Amino acid sequence: MADISEYPETLRDVMEMFEDIDEHGRAEILLDYSSRFQEVPSHIAQRPFPEDHRVQRCESEAYVFTEPNADGGINFYFAVENPQGVSAKALAAILQESLMGEKAETIKTVPHDIVFRLFGKRISMGKGEGLLGMVALLKYFAGLTQKEHKSE
Amino acid sequence: MSNTAYAHPDALVSTDWVAQHLNDSSVRIVESNEDPLLYASGHIPGAIQIDWVTDLNDQIRRDYLDRKSFEALMSKHGISNDTKVVFYGDKNNWWACYAFWVFQLFGHTNATIMNGGRLKWVEEQRLITKDVPHYPASTYHAQERSDYKVRAFRDQVLSHVNGHFPLIDVRSPGEFKGELTHMPDYPQEGALRAGHIPGAKSIPWSKAVQPDGTFKPSDDLKVLYEQDNGFAPSQNIITYCRIGERSAHTWFVLTYLLGYPTVRNYDGSWTEWGNSVGVPIEK
Repeated sequence: MADISEYPETLRDVMEMFEDIDEHGRAEILLDYSSRFQEVPSHIAQRPFPEDHRVQRCESEAYVFTEPNADGGINFYFAVENPQGVSAKALAAILQESLMGEKAETIKTVPHDIVFRLFGKRISMGKGEGLLGMVALLKYFAGLTQKEHKSE
Repeated sequence: MSNTAYAHPDALVSTDWVAQHLNDSSVRIVESNEDPLLYASGHIPGAIQIDWVTDLNDQIRRDYLDRKSFEALMSKHGISNDTKVVFYGDKNNWWACYAFWVFQLFGHTNATIMNGGRLKWVEEQRLITKDVPHYPASTYHAQERSDYKVRAFRDQVLSHVNGHFPLIDVRSPGEFKGELTHMPDYPQEGALRAGHIPGAKSIPWSKAVQPDGTFKPSDDLKVLYEQDNGFAPSQNIITYCRIGERSAHTWFVLTYLLGYPTVRNYDGSWTEWGNSVGVPIEK
């Protein structure tokens, strides 16, 4: 497991909330985040969402979108097409509330174990991979967007 | 089309039936989901949760519960040998079918799937609660786990392949073709090799369901499996996916809705086959 100090500073408070938490408390916090999920605004992306923005093997049919902001950081958004995809929505809300507008270099430092810290080590392999795929695609697009923005 | 068109119509109940049996002490409603947060977000009143990872698997070995552990699980939830167990869940009952399949390893045949699953219940705006029920402990006597009839192991699959018997790969077409996501840090479905088991036909599990989450009518299922893909009830068929959960859905469809008598689910699936040394793979 990565040390909390390896997480971007703006994510550390959230990650600490999940330290030594029982399963009931974990579910309550995650459900609260999922209720705050905000879908990608229509000026960024509209249905049908492009396939290359879809998180592969994510059963919640999640999509990731990014845009550069005026401060040189990255704004990012998610769509979750599965109406019952509450875990994907919770993860999306946590990432957005903690990392929105950060530099790509910062977003790319999110450790791989974020999914297990948030959802618990006993999450199924398939679910864990789908959620980790959301993080991986966000990192990929954040890097790509920053690179394209710098070259303009 | 009514359920009576299916080979074993008793294997399904409707959302109406469940609504009428919420207080039936001879019935236990069981939610099994792909998403671990769903049950906590609200469930059918009186429903308990059985989780594939934490409840049905041995926590050390890669295997299912043994008889004693299954009996303890049943007792904990107040399920007796004669309790009618009704499974439902997200993703068109994918995990519900998996739990149903594990129950068959222990001979609990008084089991059904709620057609349409969790989404249909929610969309019909039926009762949902966050209250977690607790039932008095029951006495349950399970048979020793019987793996031979509905479960296939790797060496049996290898013999199956060598004998040119039919297999159904129910994963996505991309997984079947062995397409990898060429992106740094992207998880690669837990296997060192990609592709499919030689001779397998690709029929994604979701093709067996309708937009409202209910199973397709019998005639449509026959078109899918028999007319379009050449399968027949007389065949000895093995289904597989990544860890055997999606393929339990197809196993249920073939066994209970179409009445195929000899279908086994290979739960080792691609995470075992794609990591095994020396087994044949096609792309």
